Amino acid sequence: MELAPLLLLLFAFTLSIFLGFELIAKVPSQLHTPLMSGANAISGITIVGALLALNMGESPAAKWFGFAAVVLATINVVGGYMVTDRMLAMFKKKDTSGKGEPKA
Amino acid sequence: MNAVLINLLYIASSILFIFGIKMLGSADTARRGNRLSSIGMLVAVVATLMYLGLDWGMVVGGIALGAIIGAVASIRVKMTGMPELVALFNGVGGLASLFVGAAEYVKLRDNGTAEYLVQLQAQSGVVVPGWFVMVAIGLTVLIGGVTFTGSLVAYGKLSGKLSGTPTLFPGQKALSFLVTAAALVGIVLMSLGTDNQTAFVAGLILVVLALALGILMTLPIGGGDMPVVISLLNSLSGVAASMAGFIILNNVLVVAGCLVGASGIILTMIMCKSMNRTIANVLFSGFGATTQAAGEVQGEMKASSAEDAFYVLEAAQSVVFIPGYGMAVAQAQHVVKELAGILENNGAEVRFAIHPVAGRMPGHMNVLLAEADVPFEQLCEMDQVNPIIGTVDVAIVIGANDVVNPAALNDPGSPIYGMPIINAHEAKTVYCLKRGKGAGFSGLENALFFGENTRMLYGDAKATVTAVVAQFGK
Repeated sequence: MELAPLLLLLFAFTLSIFLGFELIAKVPSQLHTPLMSGANAISGITIVGALLALNMGESPAAKWFGFAAVVLATINVVGGYMVTDRMLAMFKKKDTSGKGEPKA
Repeated sequence: MNAVLINLLYIASSILFIFGIKMLGSADTARRGNRLSSIGMLVAVVATLMYLGLDWGMVVGGIALGAIIGAVASIRVKMTGMPELVALFNGVGGLASLFVGAAEYVKLRDNGTAEYLVQLQAQSGVVVPGWFVMVAIGLTVLIGGVTFTGSLVAYGKLSGKLSGTPTLFPGQKALSFLVTAAALVGIVLMSLGTDNQTAFVAGLILVVLALALGILMTLPIGGGDMPVVISLLNSLSGVAASMAGFIILNNVLVVAGCLVGASGIILTMIMCKSMNRTIANVLFSGFGATTQAAGEVQGEMKASSAEDAFYVLEAAQSVVFIPGYGMAVAQAQHVVKELAGILENNGAEVRFAIHPVAGRMPGHMNVLLAEADVPFEQLCEMDQVNPIIGTVDVAIVIGANDVVNPAALNDPGSPIYGMPIINAHEAKTVYCLKRGKGAGFSGLENALFFGENTRMLYGDAKATVTAVVAQFGK
């Protein structure tokens, strides 16, 4: 069995852990909420897996699970990015006239 | 050719995520970073749609439905409801991963393991044994399920639908341990059985165990420890996505999920460090479940009035606000900002000192104050304020308790001893806004409230600050 591609995937997995640690380690606490909600939106990447389940040839059961996953992951992605953007629009500097998004 | 292009797009998408997260870490670039990462997501979705043979009706319908729900939720939420929404989004992400696991399992069972593996290789270019796929499915279901119900319990606690006090019962730890062990046995049975009946039953039981474990894990955790729980669930939602990536052997899922998992863990550790506690202590101790005997304080609390506070504040050259969860409950952020503006116009230097675990999620106070248009520069971290707090004329503690309790510094017997605090007691005068005389989340008496230079302002924080503002108007 040819295991090299699988090992490459495990390699990427391991490196990503360290990369994630490095990227976040020095974030000021003011930005913790947007960081968390932005990261949360990224976790909606599971939408890729959900879409792949919607293959024509599959049984209805597989497709409905896939459909539910697509809906949920899209809520996560769209909602997560939009709410993070709304939050960050409020984090203004003093004396900038740039208006953020209107508050809901 | 198609597969090569798709995978190149996945690499581009991963790079956009990495730069996006990197830019989220600095105030100047955060908004662009978030947009960059959303473009990364778009690239990943578009690349995935290039696979042939997708059921477009379901694809378009699912994305449209999800996009509408997500957009409406994100536009309608008030900033005070932010912790609940983040908890819900975490849960939704976890459930999505669980369903991805379920869909892949159904495919494998429908087609038989051998045929499924052939199709998987055609799609991903990677050859794996059947047991590997089953382990990945099992872990996705387990972590996704825990994330889902854990987030629902967190949502319930944050929104007040469930009690914020820890729910403990005898044998809780043992039960959690048993459920975890049983779930792992289930995954082993699934990987040994792949497409047979035993694996099917084990899979069903695994789903139930995973959902139960999420509830078991979060019920014993009190409201004040929610910042840790939310960051941990955030991490788990990423790990679940990453595991789903191992089922379908998709590199962008593995990498992006893993980045989220790692960043969530870092945040969790920062939160724990800010309370001088270990993650195990937060998860299992039921902190705040009982009123602690330690921390008896001599002296009396001196009640004061808005009028008295007005005279002191009017003369103050420097003022530090120290907000806590009480400010969020009272929704006092706008009137606090109004008072800060008045004090500034009066010639005082105004700062907000924010403890990392103040509120119910990481950075909770910052979001509320930003909503009230408090300029970013005035929001100071604990370490920026503590060195100068001795020179501050007035510190105003608004609904914060444990994060300003000096027992953390000088009482080795206190359960919160060693936790870094904002040294409000060193300010020349301290005003504490508090609903009543009771103890805080930890159940401890707070020596700050009994301090020589401390005055208490009892009542709803919003009403109290409004009263002080009214005094300035006279």
